[in-house]
Amino acid sequence: MTTVLDPTSESRAEQRELVIRPESLDGLTIGLLDISKPRGDVFLDRIEERLTSMGASVNRYMKPTFAKPAPVDLRHEIATSCDAVIEALAD
Amino acid sequence: MPSSVPLPDGLVAVVKEDCPTCVLVAPVLVDLADRSSMVTITQDDPTFPADADWVVHDADLSLSWHNDIVTVPTLLRVENGTPVDRTEGWDRKAWEAFTGVTDLGPGLRDWQPGCGSLSVDPNLADELAVRFSGSAMTSRRVEIAALEDEWEAMHDRDWSDGLPVVPPTEARVLRMLEGTSRDPGDVVAIAPPDLVECTVEKIAINAVMAGCRPEYLPVVIAAVEAVCSDEFNMHGVLATTMDVGPILIVNGPIRNEIEMNSGGNVLGQGNRANATIGRAVQLVIRNIGGGKPGGVDRSAHGSPHKLGLAFAEDEEGSPWESFAQSRGFSAEQSTVTAWCGGGPTIMVDQLSRTPDSLVRHFAKSLLTSVAPRMALMETVLVIGPEHMSRFRDAGWDRARFVEELETHLVIQTDDIVRGVDGIDEGAAPEMAGNVISKFWPGGIHVVHAGGQTGLFSMAFGGWIPPPKGSVCTTKEITR
Repeated sequence: MTTVLDPTSESRAEQRELVIRPESLDGLTIGLLDISKPRGDVFLDRIEERLTSMGASVNRYMKPTFAKPAPVDLRHEIATSCDAVIEALAD
Repeated sequence: MPSSVPLPDGLVAVVKEDCPTCVLVAPVLVDLADRSSMVTITQDDPTFPADADWVVHDADLSLSWHNDIVTVPTLLRVENGTPVDRTEGWDRKAWEAFTGVTDLGPGLRDWQPGCGSLSVDPNLADELAVRFSGSAMTSRRVEIAALEDEWEAMHDRDWSDGLPVVPPTEARVLRMLEGTSRDPGDVVAIAPPDLVECTVEKIAINAVMAGCRPEYLPVVIAAVEAVCSDEFNMHGVLATTMDVGPILIVNGPIRNEIEMNSGGNVLGQGNRANATIGRAVQLVIRNIGGGKPGGVDRSAHGSPHKLGLAFAEDEEGSPWESFAQSRGFSAEQSTVTAWCGGGPTIMVDQLSRTPDSLVRHFAKSLLTSVAPRMALMETVLVIGPEHMSRFRDAGWDRARFVEELETHLVIQTDDIVRGVDGIDEGAAPEMAGNVISKFWPGGIHVVHAGGQTGLFSMAFGGWIPPPKGSVCTTKEITR
């Protein structure tokens, strides 16, 4: 028998419950996060139109760079002021 | 290292029966037990040299190991449980002086060298080191069953980059840790993407798996520090769909001390340090940081160099200050620079005899770096010795080289806006009518390396330039 040392961090990802899916968007605040890739705004502009017409209000956000995770402050602001968030990933 | 069990004060001899010199001096040991109350510690036969209460059996070799016994017989003078003086082998005069007892072993020859202590037997030394000093390591012990193939077991646990990894046994990791003076528990970095503490011990485990020798460990540690820095942005380097990964450039005295390659086949296979240092860093990111292909690593194609790429600069053969010196370090400092880039492209030029012709031709190649429509990029150039001789002969220094090269790397934006030449990709239409540089200022990094023969240089494609993407990051290597 060989004994080896665990090369990993020995940590486990924390499991979190998903929030309950809203039955209606009416009156909800939806965050739209542009990751600042080219033309992400084209996609999000159209989504904003659609959401507004469905009775939701929209907050727009943008990451400083698509190449790094969203700053903690930005994530916190979205989490505390929005009911849901849509992130535009693609070019 | 102090013993957990103190030795008896006074004279102590350490012997083993399987040693002709110990057998030779057996009558002397009996004599000294009688005349000087000496205790004899025996490593193998508990009744050697006598079945007596002054003979102590060091069955687990802990007394020998903790008291650094290298040779048997060894005579020790012990005060407060700790040896304060010692003599090794059999030498009548030395033993008489050491013990203060005369007429020792009258019938024996005057002198005979000793044998190796069982505690340093190559077949036992690793196991003893684990048993007596391994407790400092805190990683989970994983037992691989006798019927399990240990190499397959590494793959089955998802600990490999696809190539075989060396099983990180406690003995191997302990040996690896001898390569650094740092404590195994020291936190070197917070490893992305999982943002977990990355200790010296965990790095050493992955360095074993990658195939590193202990003396490479300081380079791996410094490289992990570099790639895990906020500036280097390893999370983004993993997450990008481009082909990039960390490229490690080593400068300073350690290059030669660990025999890194800066010559022929410098970016290829065949040198252990070059091959394993970069791999160890990638295994750290994979196993500790949790960054794996298909997970946070979203690269569309990847690149062969993502298995790990480290190489050294040929400083001795260069007419220029070293790459590290150009970044503010001294020639006496050993450093590793981490730069984020894609795969290298060859720049062939076998006819240029002047530096001007050569930089013009380099520029033609470099204008296509990543894609001809991309501007304000970044690159690492690896200038081969035969190409470097053009600049040496002309007296160009590093600054002159970059300055001259940049004059040929200016792009008319009209040539790269969207739609020109029937190509949809390009700069936004509002950029038309301007000039722009292929590389951002400071975006050309130059290293001298490669084989002595071959009028070639290499250019690495970059990623997103700083501050939005990755910042070229240099760390000093300390032991």
